Amino acid sequence: MNQFQYVRATKAQAAIDVVAKDPNAKFIAGGTNLVDLMKRGVVTPQKLVDINRLPLAKIETTGTGLRLGALALNSTVANDAQVRAQHPLLALALNAGASPQLRNMATVGGNMLQRTRCTYFYDLTMPCNKRQPGSGCGALEGINRMHAIFGASSTCIAVHPSDMSVALVALDATVLVSGPKGDRRIPFGDFHRLPGDTPEKDTNLEAGELITAVELPASPFTKHVHYQKVRERASYAFALVSAAAALDIDGNNTIKAARLALGGVAHKPWRLTAAEQVLVGKPATEESFRQAATVAMQGAKAFKHNEYKLRLAPNTLVQALKTAAAA
Amino acid sequence: MTKHPEPDGPANHDENRRTFLKQSSLFTALALVPGTVVEAAAAKLDERVADAFEKVPLSLKINGVKHKVTVEPRATLLDFLREQLHLTGTKKGCDYGQCGACTVHVDGQRVNSCLSFAVMHDGQEITTIEGLADGDKLHPMQAAFVKHDGFQCGYCTPGQIMSAVACVREGRAGSEGEIREYMSGNICRCGAYANIVAAIQDVKDGGQKV
Repeated sequence: MNQFQYVRATKAQAAIDVVAKDPNAKFIAGGTNLVDLMKRGVVTPQKLVDINRLPLAKIETTGTGLRLGALALNSTVANDAQVRAQHPLLALALNAGASPQLRNMATVGGNMLQRTRCTYFYDLTMPCNKRQPGSGCGALEGINRMHAIFGASSTCIAVHPSDMSVALVALDATVLVSGPKGDRRIPFGDFHRLPGDTPEKDTNLEAGELITAVELPASPFTKHVHYQKVRERASYAFALVSAAAALDIDGNNTIKAARLALGGVAHKPWRLTAAEQVLVGKPATEESFRQAATVAMQGAKAFKHNEYKLRLAPNTLVQALKTAAAA
Repeated sequence: MTKHPEPDGPANHDENRRTFLKQSSLFTALALVPGTVVEAAAAKLDERVADAFEKVPLSLKINGVKHKVTVEPRATLLDFLREQLHLTGTKKGCDYGQCGACTVHVDGQRVNSCLSFAVMHDGQEITTIEGLADGDKLHPMQAAFVKHDGFQCGYCTPGQIMSAVACVREGRAGSEGEIREYMSGNICRCGAYANIVAAIQDVKDGGQKV
């Protein structure tokens, strides 16, 4: 591993100042992805600013919803009584991710900022525009069975690996950041980026910006929710495809509102607003869910080895919706 | 400064390497340290600033014993425990957070010690497999692993046991399915899973304090 300077921040502004001034500095929180990437030489920061002592781990109910501190642990959020009561979809998604040990280390902010698990990104001997802009994409003509079916570009077909983020984009979360130019709020759907011709940028965070919290608006989706994750073993693996489904169903089994998103299919958590609209006013039946899934898949495009996702994704979505409706 | 290390000398290789590194990096270190200290002071950061070869002071409690040490910032908690404190019960399997062999408890919570730097754990309390038994008396989970043959080669076992203790404490040992899900962060390539689950169920059903 490359040498680096270690500093421990006790004030958020001090941490921001250091990282904003130094392009080779990075924040470190749980470290579950950054340490991994540093060991492999994929990421080589010269300075790490440890933010774990900043007072950003609170989970609190506010006037408009729920605020998750950026340093709240994934396990803490998943087990939190407020989260489980107000946003059970988020708890389900969190518990579908990683392992209990990793959830005890990973934070809300860090989970959002984890890098793709594309093997070409991790393999220093292969080209990767995300790791080394301009070097090419190894996955495009390589082994791409794990890769994107939505929103990919000719420079990058990687997918975002977070389960938590799939639930957060479905639940209309907002990301609160502090930076050298002050504070701002980023709608969750605008936080992560599509690769375009700058796949090295995963998110729209600017230099030195620090995630301080994620806010969730009050939501009617407290009962009929499900997070369906399909992976190559029963647990502790990244998604081939995952689906977050949240339904508000009235006494006549009519859908009043729906929130849907897919994971493992794009460079960002993939919200399905058009498919949500299809469901509104329809009965909560498999037929309606199939219609929504058909709309959800419009524009999907497979590569050589991931054609299976074109069938797996809609089926996963329908399964998530059926389970949510029955919940 | 110090004498040149003998290339083939009998002395501690670590010590020799350290001496060499100190000498070769002397100018770099001299050039860097004052600058960074000033910078840190200006930014009102904690005074624990570590440069290239400088070690960072660290005090923490491990298995009930207080340690005041210095540590290279690059040392993971796992390497620190094994190489610096010689607590080799905690195993290095994959070293990338994929196998769970390195599981320890930090402030009572199970974590992968390979994926965090030791320096991040200042002031915390670590429990390793060496800290479970009460003298010669095995911890109930250790005894249950022996009783149920919860291992074959044994390499993953310290991590399995640390995780198993946490699994019961977290209240996630309610059924075989729940145990399997909440033990999924610990891989056993010998495939002793059935016996590991039996050991955990035995401890949970026995109602012993873990």
